[in-house]
Amino acid sequence: MTQITDRPPAQPLTARGRGAASDRAFSAVSLAAGALVLAILVLILVTTLREAWPALKYAGLGFVTSPSWVPLEVDGAGPVYGALSFVYGTTVVSIIALIFAVPISIGIALFLTELAPTRLRSTVVTVIDLLASIPSVVFGLWGIIVVGPALVKVYNGLHGALGDIPVLGSLFGEPVSSGRGFMTAGMIVAIMIIPIITSITREVFATVPDADKQAAYALGATQWEMIRGAVFPHSFGGMVGAVMLGLGRAMGETIAVALTIGAATQITPNLFAAGNTLASVIALNFGDPGVPPGRSALIALGVLLFAITVVINYAAAVVVRRADVRMKGASA
Amino acid sequence: MNRNVLSRRVLASIAGVTIAALALAGCGGNGDETGAGNTPASAGSDLSKLSGELKASGASFPNAYYQKALDEFAKVAPNLNITYNSTGSGTGKKEFGSGLTDFAGSDSLVKAGDGPADGSFLYVPTVAAPITVAYHLSGVADLQLSADTVAKIFQRDIKKWNDQAIKTDNPNANLPDKNIVVAHRSDGSGTTNNFTKYLTKAAPAWKLSTGDTVAWPADTQGGDKNTGVAQIIKQSDGAIGYVDLADATASGLVFAAIKNKDGKYVKPSLAGTTAALAGATVKDDLSYDPLDATGAASYPITAPTYILVKPTYTDATKGKNVKAFLKWLLTDGQQFAESVSFAKLPAALQTKALAQIDKVQVQG
Repeated sequence: MTQITDRPPAQPLTARGRGAASDRAFSAVSLAAGALVLAILVLILVTTLREAWPALKYAGLGFVTSPSWVPLEVDGAGPVYGALSFVYGTTVVSIIALIFAVPISIGIALFLTELAPTRLRSTVVTVIDLLASIPSVVFGLWGIIVVGPALVKVYNGLHGALGDIPVLGSLFGEPVSSGRGFMTAGMIVAIMIIPIITSITREVFATVPDADKQAAYALGATQWEMIRGAVFPHSFGGMVGAVMLGLGRAMGETIAVALTIGAATQITPNLFAAGNTLASVIALNFGDPGVPPGRSALIALGVLLFAITVVINYAAAVVVRRADVRMKGASA
Repeated sequence: MNRNVLSRRVLASIAGVTIAALALAGCGGNGDETGAGNTPASAGSDLSKLSGELKASGASFPNAYYQKALDEFAKVAPNLNITYNSTGSGTGKKEFGSGLTDFAGSDSLVKAGDGPADGSFLYVPTVAAPITVAYHLSGVADLQLSADTVAKIFQRDIKKWNDQAIKTDNPNANLPDKNIVVAHRSDGSGTTNNFTKYLTKAAPAWKLSTGDTVAWPADTQGGDKNTGVAQIIKQSDGAIGYVDLADATASGLVFAAIKNKDGKYVKPSLAGTTAALAGATVKDDLSYDPLDATGAASYPITAPTYILVKPTYTDATKGKNVKAFLKWLLTDGQQFAESVSFAKLPAALQTKALAQIDKVQVQG
């Protein structure tokens, strides 16, 4: 048995004792970075709540239950601040955006991970990333100059075809002549959130172990059955996360929506009618907010949007946790 | 496990995005810094000797004129750097009140809670401009409207172009049986404020009161800024909306003649606007109301605009510069108004405005 005795002495990576010091420095820096996010969040919440307080006190519970928003004095009666129409508008636009964007995004992601030839893949990814880099005001202008007027004809056709059917008729009601409304805004936002949902679902699909996929094929699955049986259950949490990120963008999207939604304060089932969202009301009126406490009321809308986002994110986290247990068993 | 980590990270970034949006919304009003870096000036009567920096913000309605005037002023006073930020009257008054700007532009008068305290500002009228009632109706070239008809159209009491009220105003026109499309400003605006103020004053039928934003009926359409409204009008046959003269002209729109207090139908023009200014009563603080003014040639929907200055400037350089600029604006600067569709002040009001500037005290 020979022993290697002439092994050269090991070179330490850093000088003795330096490693511990840099570790401590690293953890301090990351802790500070993490705490900074939390501190910013708390500071924003405190400031906006303080700024919003005069309006919240003035409007009371009516701020979330009343659908009318009249930021001026009419016949001696003071201003009325009720955000319900805007909450409704935000919800409708976000739902329309998700209905269009989610299937398309998941389709693109599946195409890229499962079907596309390698050369085509990088081209498609670049094009989708380009879509994400277009400023939202450009989408908004495109919406009012090109998309809106073009869609009015489609809206009129749908209204003509479906207008007399009870439920569909109220959804597809009389369109506004310029096309500025919930549907146009929702479709523009859908295009804006497709890159986000696509890129995240693509990453998630790429993490599905090859062994799972091969196992599905070995059991005689077709490609679609493999996707349904192996890719989707494995990726559910990530897909919900991607949709939630898209939803967050859709709810907060401001300028593109402000341009295309038509600025009407109303709650109507008609998807072709004009409406308004929380974010677009803030953007449109912040320069000239009307009689006091108009500015405060606009900030209160921001607080409300923040609260809604937090609730939705929390709900999404719960959905993901439950679904993971159900789809992958308790081991996940 | 992997997916859970990812989705949690994703959720955290959603919160991040929302916070960023809120932060922007929350800070939008006071993001401007105070003007700094004044170089000591030897300001004399000669404008070219003026130097320094002035910051101003406010009304977007006269912005086209102010930018034109600032360009021209820079030619005669190249060392005095003045910026005017078109933020809207509300923000302008608030920033001026908190000392962020040296003067402010405003279409409306200062009310309690707007920012500047009583006695901390003076009104200086600068120019005025008509707000047109622009329409798009094929086959009808010279529409005439009375105030009550305009009010009823904009609050949707009248929904068809061949309504009896419109027929009464236009006995000779061939009005089609077409739906009226009403376009209004989607953003809060001094134009909306002046337009609704006119209707409140002149039309007993008007019910929506007046403000930077009013509660428009749900079946009307909103466009962003004057150009957005103009675009809706251009796009749809049967549309009507209110747009300032400069943008309406630039967009190639046709305007209705509006019945004035003397019962004459007058088309929007700069001459009609100056006539309205001459017919308006000017108060002691130089605030005046040219809406629905008397005089046969007066165009009734004429909007005034003011610059707010401090009665006393503690910074001598700034005070001198503000006074010098405003004096130029009210004298030599007036000639540039018409090229951007604004009307000059009539001579009587101009004299009063110049006297107002002389009241400004400069300390130090």
